[in-house]
Amino acid sequence: MSIIIDEDVATEEKPTRRAQQAARIAEAASAGLKAILVKIILLGLVDAIALYALFVLFAKGQWIVFGLVLAVTLVVNWIYFSPGKLPAKYLTPGVIFLVIFQIFAVGYTAYIGFTNYSTGHNSDKDQAVSALMSSALERVPDSPAYAVTVVDQVGTLSLLVTDPDGDVSIGSNDQPLQPVSNATLEDGRAVAVDGYTSLTFQEVVGRTDEITKMAVPYSDDPNDGALRTPDGRNAYLYLSTLVYDEQAGTMTNANTGVVYSDTGKGAFTSPDGEEMLPGWRINVGFDNFVRAFTDEGIRGPLVSVTIWTFFFAGISVASTFLLGLFLAIVFNDLRMKGRKFYRVAMILPYAFPAFLSALVWAGMLSESFGFINQVLLGGAQIPWLTNEWLAKFSILLVNLWLGFPYMFLVCTGALQSIPEELQEAATVDGASPWAVFRLIKLPLLLVSVAPLLIASFAFNFNNFNLIYMLTGGGPRDAEASVNVGATDILISMVYKVAFTGQTRDYGLASAFSIIIFILVAVISIISFRKTKALEDLN
Amino acid sequence: MATKTTETEGFVPVKRPLTLKRWFAATGWRHAIGLFMVVFSAFPLLYVLSASLNPHGTLTGSNALFSKVGLDAYARILNTPEAPYAAWFGNTLLIAGFTALGSVFLGALAAYSFSRMRFTGRRTGLLTIVLVQMFPQLLGVVAIFLLMSTIGDIFPAIGLNSQIGLIMVYLGGALGVNTFLMYGFFNTIPASIDEAAKIDGASHARIFFTIILRLVAPILAVVALLSFISTTNDFVLASVLLVDPEKQTLAVGLYRLVSNPNYADWSAFSAGAVLAALPVMALFLYLQKYIVGGLTAGSVK
Repeated sequence: MSIIIDEDVATEEKPTRRAQQAARIAEAASAGLKAILVKIILLGLVDAIALYALFVLFAKGQWIVFGLVLAVTLVVNWIYFSPGKLPAKYLTPGVIFLVIFQIFAVGYTAYIGFTNYSTGHNSDKDQAVSALMSSALERVPDSPAYAVTVVDQVGTLSLLVTDPDGDVSIGSNDQPLQPVSNATLEDGRAVAVDGYTSLTFQEVVGRTDEITKMAVPYSDDPNDGALRTPDGRNAYLYLSTLVYDEQAGTMTNANTGVVYSDTGKGAFTSPDGEEMLPGWRINVGFDNFVRAFTDEGIRGPLVSVTIWTFFFAGISVASTFLLGLFLAIVFNDLRMKGRKFYRVAMILPYAFPAFLSALVWAGMLSESFGFINQVLLGGAQIPWLTNEWLAKFSILLVNLWLGFPYMFLVCTGALQSIPEELQEAATVDGASPWAVFRLIKLPLLLVSVAPLLIASFAFNFNNFNLIYMLTGGGPRDAEASVNVGATDILISMVYKVAFTGQTRDYGLASAFSIIIFILVAVISIISFRKTKALEDLN
Repeated sequence: MATKTTETEGFVPVKRPLTLKRWFAATGWRHAIGLFMVVFSAFPLLYVLSASLNPHGTLTGSNALFSKVGLDAYARILNTPEAPYAAWFGNTLLIAGFTALGSVFLGALAAYSFSRMRFTGRRTGLLTIVLVQMFPQLLGVVAIFLLMSTIGDIFPAIGLNSQIGLIMVYLGGALGVNTFLMYGFFNTIPASIDEAAKIDGASHARIFFTIILRLVAPILAVVALLSFISTTNDFVLASVLLVDPEKQTLAVGLYRLVSNPNYADWSAFSAGAVLAALPVMALFLYLQKYIVGGLTAGSVK
């Protein structure tokens, strides 16, 4: 087979020019008109989308992404329009997705793990400054009244402002006031301007909440304050009680006189250590890892979660495999009637969608109302999901329910593929059934099942759904400073640190992810060494 | 032992009449275990079926199995505006369907090139795919979320809260998971078939689309089904990337519906669960042989 394949490659081993030419002509002749049309239409679509993307990126000034999209588009066109390059033609579509959403995601995780990206630290410094300033706006006591008209442009509200001197300007939350010349005036008040729709009185009333929240910066300098309108008719100048000194990089509270300075921690900090939030995103080096390994409130849960993850995955594999093997042996007897029925009944848990199983079990195991306590145990109040150890037991039990059918099927298949002659020969030689099983069947079975056990371990290592849907990781560990519970495994801890609770700590969650990456890598290397699966790659 | 394996239960040896005791020693105890396992396996499913038929909503009310039978809960789950079940169902079908199709297509393209062509970087490519397989996308969920929210700022159509975006993310994980499984199967199709077609003047595209894809149809079905099921089951990425309730999938929606089972409309949830599970289970039982075969082949190589 491999010889034939090698011939296939002949075009790549520097063939003569004549041969190349001949191959090209043959290839061109063999492709139908329809195929060429389909190819051109598909590439045209891709190019149209790419062109649109480039246009948008150009308008938004995203130069790095612009360059990348342009490069990828050019490479794709080059690959598909030039003759040859068959492997590239077949690999490119998948590889593009793989690189963006898996390989880049891994790299980006590593990067985030070294930043303080989290709630309160998710923008750059300029955005943090303007957010701080606008959060501390106070009305200037003697501010003149600016006549305003609220105008709308594709859903974004702006204020059309006529200042006491009669000059007209327009601005929105993101856009400081800019003079306009072509506004329609009525009694010295600008009421409309081209490109915007003026809101009627009813509309103003209807969108009161949105309008009273508006703060239109007076100028580019945040220290100049902003205009706010309580009623959609008149606006007043509001000044921030914070004063930003760009040169010194400090923020001063005008009321208390406290100077908050940028100490390199990603937030303005007062001399006595008080931080103003929102701050901004900075690189913090190994801080997240240092925190994970030295902060007692994080290290404790991290260690216990890691240990539980290994136990959970290990016991799950062992229990499902043993039960599956036992059942496979029990039902691998041709004398038995109704084996098909038992088989179908036992596959049911495997066929039922896993996320639903966990939710159903969560209801059945509920402490005060669940079926298990109320009916099977006659009204007992056993905290199946809220006691640390019972919750762990429940999780293992439900995972046994979920996982044994797979092992049963696999073991049945493996047992049936063991040649009957081996068993006959051993029996003739006088081996007991137990000896036949232990010395002949089990070793042969393990050879074919071992890779599946490793795969099952890897799956359970990251079995997020079961944990999160059955116990939510709970009961919560009261001493931990992160939102972690007794049954959390590593992946559910990452999810909870990053996406639940008051503060979303993306940096710390990514650091945890990196720790999982390393653990998984070590496990994979060890298991590869054992199974030597890589030797078969050629 | 071995000689007895052809013996059936109904065959009664002359010398040793079939007593209950002997029947139990031979196969009876197996039936006892079998019955126990059937109860253990099927019970939660019967429970959820019974709960779905119970017109009253609470968890406690669902404990008396099949005491009341009605379809009220089904009507409720389909008509609750806060829980747009029909939309979730449709979203799940669409997202999982397109992901399955895309995964199969991308995976088949890659597997074909790895199986049939010899090129520099082929071994590295295969190795990379094996390695990538070790790191599920789940681990990069934080980065994927931040990446998608950045993309969403520029192109809202494929960013955060977009189903197309979610499908793209799933497709990113497709190559790693499926290529190896398909590669093994592609290798079992003799390359002489390609050669014959080539000599007859077929182009590589024609060979791939009209010959090879038909020969590997079983593995395509298996991969599509596995991808469909794993996408349906995915909670992490779907819950992080889809924000609006009408855009969410069954896994996310139903989880939110019963995040506290004590106070949830348990019957409505059960009705939703039954509706969601029936098609999957039917398909699964119908195709079980292929799925099990595919799973085994995939992991063993």
